[in-house]
Amino acid sequence: MAETAEGKARWEATTLKKALDRYPERQGAFETTSGIPVERLYTPAEGAPDYADGLGYPGEPPYTRGIQPTMYRGRLWTMRQYAGYATAQESNQRYKYLLEQGQTGLSVAFDLPTQLGYDADHPLAEGEVGKVGVSISSLEDMETLFAGIPLERVSTSMTINAPAAVLLAMYVAVARKQGTDPAKLRGTIQNDVLKEYVARGTYIYPPQPSMRLITDILTYCKDHLPHWNAISISGYHIREAGATAVQEVAFTLANAIAYVQAAMGAGLDVDEFSGQLSFFFSAHNNLLEEVAKFRAARRLWSRLVSQRFHARDPRSGQLRFHTQTAGSTLTAQQPYNNVVRVALQALGAVLGGTQSLHTNSLDEALALPSEEAVRLALRTQQIIAHESGVAEIVDPLGGSYAVEALTDEIERRAVGYLDQIDELGGALRAIELGYIQREIQESAYRYQREVETGARTVVGVNEFASEESQAPATLRLDPQLQQAQTERVRALKARRDAAEVAQSLSRLEAAARGSENLMPAILACVEGYVTLGEICDRLRLVFGEHKEAYAL
Amino acid sequence: MLPLVATQALEVIPAMTNRIRVLIAKPGLDGHDRGAKVIARALRDAGMEVIYTGLRQTPEMIAEAALQEDADLVGLSILSGAHMTLVPRVLQQMRQQGLAEIPLVVGGIIPPDDAVALKALGVAEVFGPGTPTTEVIAFVQRAAGARP
Repeated sequence: MAETAEGKARWEATTLKKALDRYPERQGAFETTSGIPVERLYTPAEGAPDYADGLGYPGEPPYTRGIQPTMYRGRLWTMRQYAGYATAQESNQRYKYLLEQGQTGLSVAFDLPTQLGYDADHPLAEGEVGKVGVSISSLEDMETLFAGIPLERVSTSMTINAPAAVLLAMYVAVARKQGTDPAKLRGTIQNDVLKEYVARGTYIYPPQPSMRLITDILTYCKDHLPHWNAISISGYHIREAGATAVQEVAFTLANAIAYVQAAMGAGLDVDEFSGQLSFFFSAHNNLLEEVAKFRAARRLWSRLVSQRFHARDPRSGQLRFHTQTAGSTLTAQQPYNNVVRVALQALGAVLGGTQSLHTNSLDEALALPSEEAVRLALRTQQIIAHESGVAEIVDPLGGSYAVEALTDEIERRAVGYLDQIDELGGALRAIELGYIQREIQESAYRYQREVETGARTVVGVNEFASEESQAPATLRLDPQLQQAQTERVRALKARRDAAEVAQSLSRLEAAARGSENLMPAILACVEGYVTLGEICDRLRLVFGEHKEAYAL
Repeated sequence: MLPLVATQALEVIPAMTNRIRVLIAKPGLDGHDRGAKVIARALRDAGMEVIYTGLRQTPEMIAEAALQEDADLVGLSILSGAHMTLVPRVLQQMRQQGLAEIPLVVGGIIPPDDAVALKALGVAEVFGPGTPTTEVIAFVQRAAGARP
């Protein structure tokens, strides 16, 4: 290594100096999107970690090179397009279409009323039903959503947080009706409410009861749904809200630490439930930084799980993650440029060793994605999988001096944040203090300033702009659908046995006021067609609602 | 527990200033507030007084806040696709509060056809993703400054 450092010094003094004297570089200094300074050239002097400790082998701690020994040579990542809109019936058709197109897993997008625990007929739901996802008010809707899709054979991811317990109960109920043993179900619920407080905004209850719901779900899944990811700890929304790559890793892992502590506090053994933790990250444009980010996150989590939580099983430290390309990098200007951005981001996710991937559609800065745009996004993944060759080698960028140096640097900086969050008293306290929110807002504002001053180029926006607008055809929703959905849920409510509904809700309330696991009571409600809104309202009564404090 | 503060001025300003007062609001259930916060910050840095309502505001709450805060301009941020329902209601509520003269600006993911429709209903301007904050600032200064 000393030899390399000497060699580099010689090269800098001679060959490089001559070149720089004649041709200065484009900028005085270069940095990544996250503001990490980057060198002109990396050599073993900067980018050669200790192989055994820092890299190791795929499928072995610290998992820097991937969590499986064969990675995509064994099985490709799951191509999982986040989809859902309008009614359960229309979304059901889109899922069937996506499965026919070669998609290998489902990912359910719920509309905002559903995500906030309101039925379609709630006054606050007006204008929002079926917009950003499918409207699900009761088990009846869930039955329609998965009609003709054998739950035994697909894995389903559901982006649901505050009311995750209710939607999970509905999924289990549908499986039972289909004659499927719930123990065979595979899938994920997001169930990560901490990031809702800082980045995504679909919280309902205050932090303490929310943490209880999460640990109840973890316990229930451990006992009854062994192949289910009970939580998907999400950096995606933190990044989308403006965080840097380093902050994305740090804040996500800080939240993960809080969940593990809560679960251990509830008496669970880390080696028993860690297999049900999964993660969700964003993939941005800066290819090498993103690849390094995924590798750094994997190594850091493995180290945290063994050093902080003293897991005995090394597999407990495996960071399994879903990736979505970065919606916030897509531009309304020259929308076809987004196809290229998504391809680069998806490539970064694959080179970073993701377990599943959603690729965004080119029209997402304009409207909800059209079917053609979704298909092109899926094709992008298929081209990377089958034509690019990157799936044939495990961690193909491992050993790149630049990528290893960036991996080390991202991990080092993330550890710095984790230390700071520990000092504040952990993630929950840091959120209550507004620390994480402020850090994200600062980064978002800095990024915006950089774009506006021209320090950062966004093609088609602040450079290479052109007048011609080539707006693609976008999806239009039927304006009548809210009315239809409202009538459906009202008809259901009128049909039920009111005494039975009242009894299920009383049982739920008693459970919520006590300390027993809430899942059985919620499942009983759901199976009796008590609606999502009714269940969430009863819990609101007991738990109260969270109110955000704003400080800019 | 988190302090229970729903609406809070971004900074304390002595009364009787001539600074433009802007209310930034998130109507409906949408939780995407990066844009609203960046805009709030940029307007503040441009010397305006900015009040940010926070998430999940009903049209009634927004019009009421505009009245109470004596806003010179109201900016809505919507990325959930609910704009064709929510924006006309905010306009209607503002008219009922006697705020018909206060310019209403909308930002977010608004398809071009909808932007035209919203302007026909009385929205002063629609800003899509990628709009420089300088453009928004200039517009607000013009629109709020032109107020009688």
